[in-house]
Amino acid sequence: MKNNNENQEQKGVTGWIDKRLPIFTFMNHNLRDYPTPKNLNYFWNFGSLAGITLVIMIITGILLAMQYTANTDLAFESVERIMRDVNNGWLLRYIHMNGASMFFIIVFIHIFRGLYYGSYKYPREILWMLGVVILLLMMATAFMGYVLPWGQMSFWGATVITNLFSAFPIIGDYIVTFLWGGFSVDNPTLSRFFVLHYLLPFAIVGVVALHLVALHQFGSNNPTGVDVKSENDTIPFHPYYTVKDYFGLGVFLIVFAGLVFFAPNFLGHPDNYIPANPLQTPAHIVPEWYFLPFYAILRAVPDKLLGVLLMFAAVLVLFFLPWLDKHKVRSANFRPFYKQFYWLFAIDCIILGWVGAMPAEGIYVLIARIATAYYFSFFLIIMPLLSKFEKVSDHLPSSISSAVLSKKFDNSTKESYVK
Amino acid sequence: MLNKLSIKIVLLFLFLGVNNSHSASEKMELIEQNWPFNGVFGRFDKSSLQRGYLVYKEVCASCHGLKHVSYRDLTGIGLTKDEIKSIAGEYILMDGPNDEGEMFEREAKPSDKFVNPYENDNQARLANNGAYPPDLSLMVKARAGGADYLFSLLNGYKDFPEDFEASDGMYYNEYYPGKQIAMPSPIMDDIVEYNDGTDATHVQIARDVTSFLAWTAEPELEERKSLGVKTLFFLILLTIMLLGVKRKVWKDVN
Repeated sequence: MKNNNENQEQKGVTGWIDKRLPIFTFMNHNLRDYPTPKNLNYFWNFGSLAGITLVIMIITGILLAMQYTANTDLAFESVERIMRDVNNGWLLRYIHMNGASMFFIIVFIHIFRGLYYGSYKYPREILWMLGVVILLLMMATAFMGYVLPWGQMSFWGATVITNLFSAFPIIGDYIVTFLWGGFSVDNPTLSRFFVLHYLLPFAIVGVVALHLVALHQFGSNNPTGVDVKSENDTIPFHPYYTVKDYFGLGVFLIVFAGLVFFAPNFLGHPDNYIPANPLQTPAHIVPEWYFLPFYAILRAVPDKLLGVLLMFAAVLVLFFLPWLDKHKVRSANFRPFYKQFYWLFAIDCIILGWVGAMPAEGIYVLIARIATAYYFSFFLIIMPLLSKFEKVSDHLPSSISSAVLSKKFDNSTKESYVK
Repeated sequence: MLNKLSIKIVLLFLFLGVNNSHSASEKMELIEQNWPFNGVFGRFDKSSLQRGYLVYKEVCASCHGLKHVSYRDLTGIGLTKDEIKSIAGEYILMDGPNDEGEMFEREAKPSDKFVNPYENDNQARLANNGAYPPDLSLMVKARAGGADYLFSLLNGYKDFPEDFEASDGMYYNEYYPGKQIAMPSPIMDDIVEYNDGTDATHVQIARDVTSFLAWTAEPELEERKSLGVKTLFFLILLTIMLLGVKRKVWKDVN
């Protein structure tokens, strides 16, 4: 089949180009013939959705940057000018603003899918780690982007987060001054954040390219977690997964458009429509919703330095996942114990997000501490223990095809786990 | 089963959280209004916007600016270009320097932003007992509760409760954070005279000026919502067709 296609490409202009620059062969291999497990469920849509969202963010971002002014005296006003006087400026900004939230929702689901189906295990360790790098870059980009409108939350969010680095002994204050480019969050901070906010997305594109190279080395994991054994297990990417991704994109755009057109400020904070005022601290300084779980971990610890370290550790621990979970079975569908702890972990993350939005006092501190403790125990204690003691299930299918063919069998295994 | 249980637990926590946050800060429930600009098909009531503009111009504008709004934008509340030209002409602003290097005063033009009542923030503070009257362009977007908050605030003035330790020159308002506000109740019955025959009651005035400020905060609202309805209609149709194509393509996969 492969040879067949290559022969076809030799004719005409495309053939002429392809012989010298095999771009069409490349696209053919990676977007058309690319053998993909035939049993992927809709959770596998979120990878391509993340890529599309990245493109949407970059395009709207470039157009916004043409109108935006990175100066503390003008930034807020320039954003309002985009909203009021630039043709369709309000649409661009609301897409960009809500696009950031959508990007995080998609990437969080993408990560939780990987966590459930063990997509980080051999031989996809580097694929997973590149994903964590993308997450870190996204977080840095989003944080700096939120500073640009120079509203109250922009300014105070930037102040609180950059101040975290002062917790480090000796070098802390130096780092903070270095980040600010001065002795407070001010014009140098804003202009460097703008430059980096424009630059980092292209770094993300680069890492995404590597992420795809690593993915295509062994192909996608699948809901059974069992390796592809024969051609029977796979179908070509096109048309099967292209059309499935298009359908997923349609559903995603409906949700996205609903937010942009009918509740564009639902996920934002009203205080960010007040111009930044260094002399007036808002009653509650709250980060964007996607940082709330990490914010909760930060505040759960009474010691500032330890809190900061734990917050960073909460993301960095993901790098070590392939070595923390060494269980042979990938998919949680065939790991009844892991499955229970996994869902607890998912609830735990939601609780952390909720408690991060609450004032750090009373019962909330206790809840945040318990949730933080579980967050780290899940990775550092439960995963290693389960990889040692959880038995390999008898229900593990021998191949993807056998799992797909015996749906009855699948249902019966599900029931046995519920019991 | 575990999933259902987990959803219940999360909902329970959310419920507790919402309740606690309310009782902790003793916030008043806002007076909710059925604004015509709410909802998917929401539109502004142009006559209410025009009355609201009159209230802004005759009452609020003595202290509060609208610096993000231009006079020309008033076409959005249904005023004609000539009307706008004469409105702008009522205001004087400093321009220059001219060819001789002098600053000069001139009448505002439709392309100018609303002229601020004060020359700078310090003058504004001085004139208002040290309190700064904030710019109102974005007020409805800049407060939790939006239009309902503003409407509640305008209707929330009461006498100080007896046990309340009031500061000098402050007024009691149930809806203001901390309940003390430096602005005296700005409106009362018949403080403006509507020329369309509408009864200028306190509540009506509050409603009209809130609508007007909802418009200054989101002048794009009508365009946004009508484009949104069209976009969603298109996307839903497209997605249904894509589902059909997907099912057809996948029919032969076991």
